[in-house]
Amino acid sequence: MMRSFKHITLLAGALLLSGCSDQVSYSKGVYMLVDTSGTYTTELTQAQRIINFTLAKLNPGDTFVVARVDTGSFSEKDIVQKQTFEDRPSMANQQKRLFREGINKFIEDVKPSAYTDITGGMLQAIEYMNEAKSGIKTILIFSDLKEEIQAGYNRDIPIDLEGYRVIAINVTKLRSDNIDPVEYLDRLESWRNKVESGGGHWQVINDLERLEPIFSS
Amino acid sequence: MSSDIFLIVPSAFLSGLIWFLAIVISLYLARTPAHYSIRALSRVIHNAMRLSAHSITHAEKLLQQRNKEVLLAQGREASERIIEREFDRIEATVRRDLAEYPAIHRMLSEEINRIDDDYKDSTEAPPNPPGWVKAVEAVAKIPSKGDPMVANILEDIHGSLQRANDKTLVEYRKANQSRHSYLKNMMPHWRKVLNLLNQVEKNVNGLFSRSVSIDRHMAEYEDILKRTDRSEQMLSSSSMTQFFISGIVLAIAVGGAIINFHLIARPLSEMVGGTSHIAGFQINTVSALVIILLEIAMGLFFMETMRITRLFPIIGALNDKVRIRMAVVFITILTCLACIEASLAFMRELLMEEDAATRAILRGDNASIVAQSAYLWITTAAQMGMGFILPFALMFVAIPLESFIHSMRTVLGVVAVGLLRIIEWALRLGGDIVKFMGNALIQLYDFTIFAPLWIETMIKHKQDERGPLSPEPSHSDTSASL
Repeated sequence: MMRSFKHITLLAGALLLSGCSDQVSYSKGVYMLVDTSGTYTTELTQAQRIINFTLAKLNPGDTFVVARVDTGSFSEKDIVQKQTFEDRPSMANQQKRLFREGINKFIEDVKPSAYTDITGGMLQAIEYMNEAKSGIKTILIFSDLKEEIQAGYNRDIPIDLEGYRVIAINVTKLRSDNIDPVEYLDRLESWRNKVESGGGHWQVINDLERLEPIFSS
Repeated sequence: MSSDIFLIVPSAFLSGLIWFLAIVISLYLARTPAHYSIRALSRVIHNAMRLSAHSITHAEKLLQQRNKEVLLAQGREASERIIEREFDRIEATVRRDLAEYPAIHRMLSEEINRIDDDYKDSTEAPPNPPGWVKAVEAVAKIPSKGDPMVANILEDIHGSLQRANDKTLVEYRKANQSRHSYLKNMMPHWRKVLNLLNQVEKNVNGLFSRSVSIDRHMAEYEDILKRTDRSEQMLSSSSMTQFFISGIVLAIAVGGAIINFHLIARPLSEMVGGTSHIAGFQINTVSALVIILLEIAMGLFFMETMRITRLFPIIGALNDKVRIRMAVVFITILTCLACIEASLAFMRELLMEEDAATRAILRGDNASIVAQSAYLWITTAAQMGMGFILPFALMFVAIPLESFIHSMRTVLGVVAVGLLRIIEWALRLGGDIVKFMGNALIQLYDFTIFAPLWIETMIKHKQDERGPLSPEPSHSDTSASL
């Protein structure tokens, strides 16, 4: 009798606690696509800075993934580093240090790819982030946004970016952009249309000093 | 297109004119019931507002009465507490000081006996003349007649007498010296007696001053029981003062609690995690808040068991043994919580250092990782000290909280009376405005149909000139009555 009473009390307590606990996710999820095609590999030290900055801004419970953009980016193999940081701040700090070391190694060993499959990378990012169930989802694209798809790859597909912020960082101007700036502007506009038609929020940040506010929200 | 439905004839002007005439005639025909309706409506609203104002006045009086009751009851209770404490102090004084009185009395008696003995010992006893002096005097009266034998005997007698006299004198002096020594020995006894009497005087004066204080409090208490206006005013002003003072102290305590919160919220994420949320708040912040509230509750109960505050009469009514045991339990829990807070504060410092090191690594700033201040232990010690002291400081929140709660009843009552007065005034004003608005509306109504009214007046005037025809009251009579 006493045992059953104890069980009922425990169950009631557990129900009460589960009722009180909040099911809304407040964690941040950041998926960073790093362009490793052609000459853009020279910009990778800049990417390293941004990754370190992002690591410093993320909190326990947040998720951070760095993936490379190469010929076919819709693949888990292109994920360089991924981590959902532990609840405990001390553990999260250790994970951040390990993450940084992994990125340093990647930057040292990276080889340029022939093609730039940004859309594939975004699809992979969406798939991963939906699984991670982060509250605030951000995709950082570290690229010149010049997409080059290998023949045979179909990337002309709609992308569902509802609830995502897509931020293009360090969108460098190519030589052809300097000759005809319309090409650069068209490129940005087409990406904006692509993201906003998918329900996402598009933003371009070329001045890295302006990265701070995106992590404050 | 929609405005075309108002066109009765093709000309818009003519249509408008027809409409105007139709409306004026309709209003003229409906004048009496319209006036009646307007007047009735305004009167209903006016009366409803006046009734409401009246009932609010009644409620205000009841509230004032209740405020007075509350104020006097609180004042009576406070006075009883003060008088009770004064009597407790007197009891303690009597126990401490007057309990020693028999001992003091015994000491005084002993001292007086000693003085008495010494005094008796110091009284002068004249030396007795030797018994053979009279025989010597008789022998001395015998005539010698030149007999050398007799002369020798007499000289011997004289010598003996001289020696006896010297011896007696020496003894007398010795006796005197001894008596003086007794008198000298009496001095410390006198001083002791003086000290004892001073002590008695001090104790009695202490009691006397306490009795004066009790008299004053009793006079106030009697005033409260007689429900005098003076006592009500005094209590009301005291209550307001208490409310604001305790409010300020509570605000200071809230500041302390916020500091305490920030001190432990961050390190608690290391224990309970920082990613789960309850009602939108991080679980570590909720835990920190719960710990602080728990500390305040423990402090409150401790103060209650010590009978410093009286928020929970059940605790105050417990027997002394249980009450003291409970006090020990509460202060032990509070001390444990204070120790936990101190360790959390230490952990906070460690976490901050680790965070700073991680940020420095991520920035690639190796110099700041190596360079650490030699005085860092000061902040660590200060944080730990604050973590330990703040729970005990928050314990004393119970005192202003009690004052705040008690005085708030009076203050809320006064505020409620003020609000009721404003509502009452607004209702009276609204009622009068509605009444005059009704009259103004009737006048406006008549103004819109001034033409038919004028025609009616003219016709009536002509009829009056011919002589009275109709006994029925006309519309103009109704308007005149307005």
